[in-house]
Amino acid sequence: MSGPSSRRALLQPSLPRQSLSRGSGTQFLETLAAWILGFLWILPLLYAFWTAFHPPEFSTRFEIMAPLTLENFRRAWEAAPFARYFLNSFMLVTMVLAAQLVLCTLAGYAFARFDFPGKEVAFLLVLVQLMIMPDVLIVENYRTMGHLGILDTIPAIGLPYMASAFGIFLLRQTFKTVPRELDEAARVEGASALQVLWKVYVPLARPVYLAYGLVSVSYHWNNFLWPLIVTNSVTSRPVTVGLQVFSAGDQGIDWSVITAATVMTSAPLLVAFLLFQRQFVQSFMRAGIR
Amino acid sequence: MSRGAIHGWLLLLPAFALLALFTYWPVIGTVWDSVHATARGGKPAPFVGLENYQVMVADEVFWKSLWNNLWYALGTIPISIALAIVMALWVNSAMRGRTWLRMAFFTPTILPMIAVGNIWLFFYTPQYGLLEQVLLPLGFASRNWLGSPDTALACVTVVAIWKEAGFFMIFYLAALQSIPPSLGEAAAIEGASRAYYFRRVVFPLLMPTTLFVLVNAVINAVRLVDHIFVMTRGGPNNATSLLLFHVYQVGFNFWDTGYAAALTLVLLVVLAVVAIGQFVFLDRKVHYQ
Repeated sequence: MSGPSSRRALLQPSLPRQSLSRGSGTQFLETLAAWILGFLWILPLLYAFWTAFHPPEFSTRFEIMAPLTLENFRRAWEAAPFARYFLNSFMLVTMVLAAQLVLCTLAGYAFARFDFPGKEVAFLLVLVQLMIMPDVLIVENYRTMGHLGILDTIPAIGLPYMASAFGIFLLRQTFKTVPRELDEAARVEGASALQVLWKVYVPLARPVYLAYGLVSVSYHWNNFLWPLIVTNSVTSRPVTVGLQVFSAGDQGIDWSVITAATVMTSAPLLVAFLLFQRQFVQSFMRAGIR
Repeated sequence: MSRGAIHGWLLLLPAFALLALFTYWPVIGTVWDSVHATARGGKPAPFVGLENYQVMVADEVFWKSLWNNLWYALGTIPISIALAIVMALWVNSAMRGRTWLRMAFFTPTILPMIAVGNIWLFFYTPQYGLLEQVLLPLGFASRNWLGSPDTALACVTVVAIWKEAGFFMIFYLAALQSIPPSLGEAAAIEGASRAYYFRRVVFPLLMPTTLFVLVNAVINAVRLVDHIFVMTRGGPNNATSLLLFHVYQVGFNFWDTGYAAALTLVLLVVLAVVAIGQFVFLDRKVHYQ
């Protein structure tokens, strides 16, 4: 057998990639291990679905023939003003995302394409927020909201997160990859700086906006501690806080209703995730790499 | 100043106004408040020097929370990173059902921690929770997992690992996909074992990702306390109280702002150390240029 030709054959891209030595026995065991881990990872969710969709007497008994029901959801929905909580969460994530997109686009553009004294220092100052997030500054931010007179409002939940260092950083990196020639061509035609941003940079960054949007929406839909602190009434609480108030009740633990409420709270993101699985995973990837 | 400079600063202005109000000012305010007593009855807070810090040194719950947080970090960080690498290798291989696996691993990332806490609470319930339903028939004695100081911290740590591993997996997956397949093929030709290839080729190439994930994992070890609120509320006997949870209790249950500020400063110092460490150890060109 001639060495070189067989080597060339091995390098053909049509060959299966899984060419590193590994016996079929080990392969079987590894697949089995992966599936067991995957099952364990999804188990809490399966458990929640089981309990939410079955009558309370089956909440800890697993019988294939157990009857399905939506009764738990009806009871949960009636036991707390979830419609209002959902509306609040929806308004919160929309408001935060809209503000973030505008602020981070402007700042990212400045860092990517303008030269001004103090730019390096300013950028480092922005990066500080990657480490010291609003999540740990709850005591002082609560006080500030008190001074501003906006405690217990939806804007108070969103304001600390609107100037997002992560968003500024992400868009700066993206805008830097835009060829300067496109920028200059637009300027030659008499476009102002903001027009160039809107006509050239923003359209080219569309996938990054989608990625950032998904990350931001899931973060703020799920956020809990700061909304818990700053809200105090039904008219401003997001679903996460509503759920906590609901499940911390004294009427004894009714698992069926609590899991139904839990499934309900997670449902919007879960449905979005199942529909756009590929985009979700790629978004988180894209957001992390840069 | 040139027109470009003025435009640059104008574009930055809105973001900086908010950063100043909700990040820089609070940091300064934390330092300021930590050396003042809590304002009571509308009077300005008197300067008390290091009194809040003396309270801290004598505060058993603070020390307990600090140790808990350390164990919490030591539990979550290495295990979730190791699991993330294994998950990414599996999902990136030609394994059967890998799309399904990727979904299963990633799902915890998009679930609200507070909702997840409810489900896990149910898992750990004595007698009829899922854990007990599996363990009791195997002859293990029944125990109150979240109600006993010996096991409660481990239980909430497991939840954090479950939540984070799939998230970190994504970053490793991205890194693995950027490794040229020709490297693996070359290793195969040379007769390298898979373990050897991973140890000498893949793992070193994943190093920048590992550092990035590590920093995120440390931040999360400080930040991720939501599930404590539903599962244990810091109990039993402060066995699951973490630093940020203690800040919440002092600041918003006991309304002692001065002392809460001093506690916050501890968190800020921890985060600053991580930031400086990242600055020193990371090749800045990899991530910031």
